[in-house]
Amino acid sequence: MKILVAIKRVVDFNVKVRIKPDHSGIETANVKMSMNPFDEIAIEEAVRLKEAGKATEVVVVSIGNSTAQETLRNALALGADRAILVQTDAEVQPLAVAKILKKIAEQETPQLIILGKQAIDDDSNQTGQMLAALLNWPQGTFASKVAVDNQQVHVTRELDGGLEVIAVKLPAVITTDLRLNQPRYASLPNIMKAKQKPLNVIMADQLAVDITPRVTTLKVEPPSGRKAGIKVANVAELVDKLKNEAKVI
Amino acid sequence: MKTLVIAEHDNINLKPATLSTITAAKEIGGEIIILVAGSQCKVVAENAAKITGVNKVILADAPVYAHLLAENIAELIVKIAADFNTICAPATTFGKNCLPRVAALLDVAQISDIVKVISADTFVRPIYAGNAFATVQSKDRVKVITVRSTAFTPAALGVSAVPIENCEIVIENPHTTFVSHELSQSKRPELTAARVVVSGGRALQSKENFKLIESLADKLGAAIGASRAAVDAGYVPNDYQVGQTGKVVAPELYIAIGISGAIQHLAGMKDSKVIVAINKDGDAPIFQIADYGLVGDLFEIIPQLNAELDK
Repeated sequence: MKILVAIKRVVDFNVKVRIKPDHSGIETANVKMSMNPFDEIAIEEAVRLKEAGKATEVVVVSIGNSTAQETLRNALALGADRAILVQTDAEVQPLAVAKILKKIAEQETPQLIILGKQAIDDDSNQTGQMLAALLNWPQGTFASKVAVDNQQVHVTRELDGGLEVIAVKLPAVITTDLRLNQPRYASLPNIMKAKQKPLNVIMADQLAVDITPRVTTLKVEPPSGRKAGIKVANVAELVDKLKNEAKVI
Repeated sequence: MKTLVIAEHDNINLKPATLSTITAAKEIGGEIIILVAGSQCKVVAENAAKITGVNKVILADAPVYAHLLAENIAELIVKIAADFNTICAPATTFGKNCLPRVAALLDVAQISDIVKVISADTFVRPIYAGNAFATVQSKDRVKVITVRSTAFTPAALGVSAVPIENCEIVIENPHTTFVSHELSQSKRPELTAARVVVSGGRALQSKENFKLIESLADKLGAAIGASRAAVDAGYVPNDYQVGQTGKVVAPELYIAIGISGAIQHLAGMKDSKVIVAINKDGDAPIFQIADYGLVGDLFEIIPQLNAELDK
């Protein structure tokens, strides 16, 4: 079984984002970029399935400008077998990403596609579901446990009220939640080996997919600030304030 | 203009997030029709028919819809929504699972997690874990939207009911089977709808110590929340998690105990009306957004707090 994993290069989760002075977006020049954390979990799960003998090949794909090659090399160092970059400098929104990934899936014919449940930049949480719809495949989103046996996968899903287990027939799309696994660190020998693994670059316009953005960002603003209040000296003062000043208890 | 709102429910009760979604739909304007898809869920449709501002309820009642699986519910929505301008669902795990499928089948974008309606095609939504807010405009013929429930006041239930129309479309779901649920059982209020939330972090140190949080929550009639660190450490189940990737809450009173205040946690609770932080580290970032901060050892403070509340 071949597994396709889609990854995105995003502003590193430790960076405090700055809004551009003209409010057109977030400052990304000279900012540390990393693989979206949910996508690291996706790669880890795919590699573990391969190590367990359930998968034969892990192919990783990313869409973006040429710097995404670095992120793909990182994925190869984590255990993916080969990489595909669909290269474009244009803004690619979730629906367009799903359409491109559908094309790649048709070429690669994987049985399982694993994606992070959302990217930590635009927080859309859409691409996996859209891809599943376009392929007319079942989906197991927000997965905290994945068990593959023969032609189906049992997916434990994290819901607002607890957990749900569903069985989906292959081929299927899975999106990862935080507790699916703890991704490994790339070892130095594996980082060296990753440099030799194949990385194929396809220009996005060669795929004949309409990736025109459907949504325009008019402006980006900081959240309305919340000021620090006061420190109280003890429990009695706290309860007094909550009762008589804030009047919430 | 017509808006279709997808009801979230468990075949018995309508989830409160649906009511907030109705409020967002009202701000968008036009006729509002609710779709209740499920199995043996007529009672849900009857309740939905009483929500003020709703014009009609469509009830799709069939065993194949019992567990609200994304694949066939999305196809059903697409069949029903042919001539609608807007499709809305709550930005809960249900809405997030199902609605992008609808958008893709319609070949339109989805706008996720809106917190404000500017006009029928322009909305405000958080990005970067709530560290920025984007005002976005959709150019698509149908707007597909998920709504952050804490950002909109729930619509009220009235006395008179609008008509319920039965939808006979039955779509099978041959590739996905529901296996089981492990739903958290709790006598406490639901986290996203509670007036008071008491949350604990990693400083609690163990599952047993989390009972301290429970004791305080019960005194205040509060729901219990947790930071991601506390969930990852196994102190509490995943559905207690408050934060950008967990639940977003905005209660009247939020008490954060032993939570340092990582950005991802703050994104899930900073819209609370009053925030109390209890932490032994006086420099913890949580104090920068707390209305009332108390520096000290939670193992001493919680019992004192319980005693003080008993007075």
